[in-house]
Amino acid sequence: MILAAVIVLGSIGALFGLLLYVIAQKFKVIEDPKIDEISEVLPGANCGGCGKAGCRALAEAIVKQGNTEGLKCPAGGNEVAAKIAKIMGLEAKEEEPVVAVIRCSIACSANEPKSHYQGMKSCAFAHSLYVGESGCGYGCIGLGDCYNACQFDAITLDPKTGFPIVNDDKCVGCGACVQACPRKVIELRNKGIKNRRVYVSCVNKEKGGVARKTCSNACIGCGKCAKACPFDAIVIENNLAYIDYKKCKMCRKCVAECPTGAIVAVNFPPKPQAQPTDTNENNDK
Amino acid sequence: MKTFPLGGIHPEENKLSTAATIEEFPLPKQVTIFLNQHLGAPATPVVEKGEKVKIGQLIAKAEAFVCANIHSPVSGSVNKIDSVKDMFGIYKNAIIIDVEGDEWVDTVDLTPTIVKDIKLSKTEIIDKIKEMGVVGLGGATFPTHIKYMIPEGKKAEYLIINAVECEPYLTSDHRVMLEHTEEIMIGVSILRKALGVEKAYIGIENNKPECIAAMTNMATQYAGIVVEPLKVKYPQGAEKQLIKAITGRNVPSGKLPIDVGCVVNNVGTALAVYDAVQKNKPLIENIMTVTGKALAQQHNYKIRIGISYNDIIEHIGGLPDDTAKIISGGPMMGKAIVNLEAPTTKGASSMLVITEKEAIRAEEKECIRCGKCMEACPMGLEPYLFSALINNGNIQDAIGEKLMDCIECGCCMFTCPANKPLLDEIRFAKNKFRQTMMQQQKK
Repeated sequence: MILAAVIVLGSIGALFGLLLYVIAQKFKVIEDPKIDEISEVLPGANCGGCGKAGCRALAEAIVKQGNTEGLKCPAGGNEVAAKIAKIMGLEAKEEEPVVAVIRCSIACSANEPKSHYQGMKSCAFAHSLYVGESGCGYGCIGLGDCYNACQFDAITLDPKTGFPIVNDDKCVGCGACVQACPRKVIELRNKGIKNRRVYVSCVNKEKGGVARKTCSNACIGCGKCAKACPFDAIVIENNLAYIDYKKCKMCRKCVAECPTGAIVAVNFPPKPQAQPTDTNENNDK
Repeated sequence: MKTFPLGGIHPEENKLSTAATIEEFPLPKQVTIFLNQHLGAPATPVVEKGEKVKIGQLIAKAEAFVCANIHSPVSGSVNKIDSVKDMFGIYKNAIIIDVEGDEWVDTVDLTPTIVKDIKLSKTEIIDKIKEMGVVGLGGATFPTHIKYMIPEGKKAEYLIINAVECEPYLTSDHRVMLEHTEEIMIGVSILRKALGVEKAYIGIENNKPECIAAMTNMATQYAGIVVEPLKVKYPQGAEKQLIKAITGRNVPSGKLPIDVGCVVNNVGTALAVYDAVQKNKPLIENIMTVTGKALAQQHNYKIRIGISYNDIIEHIGGLPDDTAKIISGGPMMGKAIVNLEAPTTKGASSMLVITEKEAIRAEEKECIRCGKCMEACPMGLEPYLFSALINNGNIQDAIGEKLMDCIECGCCMFTCPANKPLLDEIRFAKNKFRQTMMQQQKK
């Protein structure tokens, strides 16, 4: 009796085992072991800074493409890039680290807000409704979409104005905040030697007079900085100056030239002829 | 008495200005005419700086498909064509005209006689409506002529005239129905001819008994026009709800009223169509309610487009001290005005002054899953579920739950005991979804 049971159950087990084996062989998914290896070295925060759905998706894309052209983990930086290059058998390229820079001065917060917003706490929603409390249709709204997007605790919000402050040491330059900002106020710029940077802290594309009316620190597109720049690093487009950080040699001639104080230089040691706004920007450290 | 079956709410009616007869608003010194008076693409200006214009002269031409002509509401000279802040503070292109005198173009019939004979043919009527820049005056400002270009394979059976005015405070349609009853009936007849239908229903909520009486009385002279009294319930003035209430037909998800054989127009639009077709008068003015609990006097103005809100405030003698918010449109679906220097546009049906007590949003609390928002939703949706999904960043699932069917009437937010900003969240998600779709189409 026991023997019969053993034979019946045993043969059923053997039959299904065989079936599973055949199916496993027939529908086998061959996965490159490199995908797993690369996934291991990636940070695993799934921040989306690379433009893929997550860390594993990036690993798959790299293996599929065979090289790291256009694919990199901005959060992991050069260290992770070197590890990936080693797994893929490629040579690692050193890239300059980048950091998120808020291109808006908080000059408007010194004024009375021109309206009061009571709706949902979301910059994207407020932006879809109107210009925002400051009255500037280009600048920071201050409801913290970038703060919510940051996976690395690098952004803190000013409790009074809601204006974001980036911690240079924590920011990995993944670009999640750049994607989250509905007004594209945040830009990824090179970290610079000793975190020293010179940039136009304004994204207002209105004509000079109009921009000035909204904000005392707005870029009015006058072009003085572009003339002053000895390295041709500044271009004026749509009434707005932009400093190309690859060409900028940090001479700071433009900072002194700017009539509205829209160009700021951060983390430089105080200089007698430097603009007073420079030192204000240093306070977040 | 008929109404729509699903959901709906009963907000305080506050129709304070029902007794105020329509007054002519005086001409200002300067008007600002946005090139985007309507839903769709902006019109292209056909006048230049310094050019003299007369009232009713074409100043901007419709070139895109969804677009409407714009005519000068004043006589004078074009000061400049520049970008000007609209009522949300966003810069938009506009024509600014300095007012000089009061001179109309010759073609407009300014006599008060009512022209009853409809001489134009079906296509001529639609062309006339298009030429005169008529847009829907119910709030959405959709160019009217497009509604009458019926796509092939579809057939209109009913014309429905929306005289519900379900938004609290608003009384412009109310006054129009009392003071221009016959013109409306002729307007409706013109629209029937343009559509090629015999039957037209005029839906009026029964909180306006004198309008129902006047319209029913007048309708006896016009065979085929039926005045349909409706039970009071917000949002009965929404297109889909009105069709359901009057014909009993359901407009399926993602479809238009024409798919169930209906075309809906506002009662104000019917009057504008009468002016355009019978009197050759372009759409340069509309009826605007200026009201609010704190205002000493309530008004209904016949106002030209392009007059700034500041001019209106000056004319009514300033704002009360405890004014917290000024809304263009009704309190349920209207939008708060941020920039009072902005001019009115074709669709501006009201300027509503809200006191501090009314304006304040109560503090938001946690959802207790009471289901009141579901009961109130006239589209049969689940706003609490949308809120939960959207706050988790899961817009795709919300779309699966028919988020795009939402008509943004605000019933859910009105009824929510936890004061959750449900409509804000829904609008946010709808916007986000539309943006993603546009990005994908570009790719």
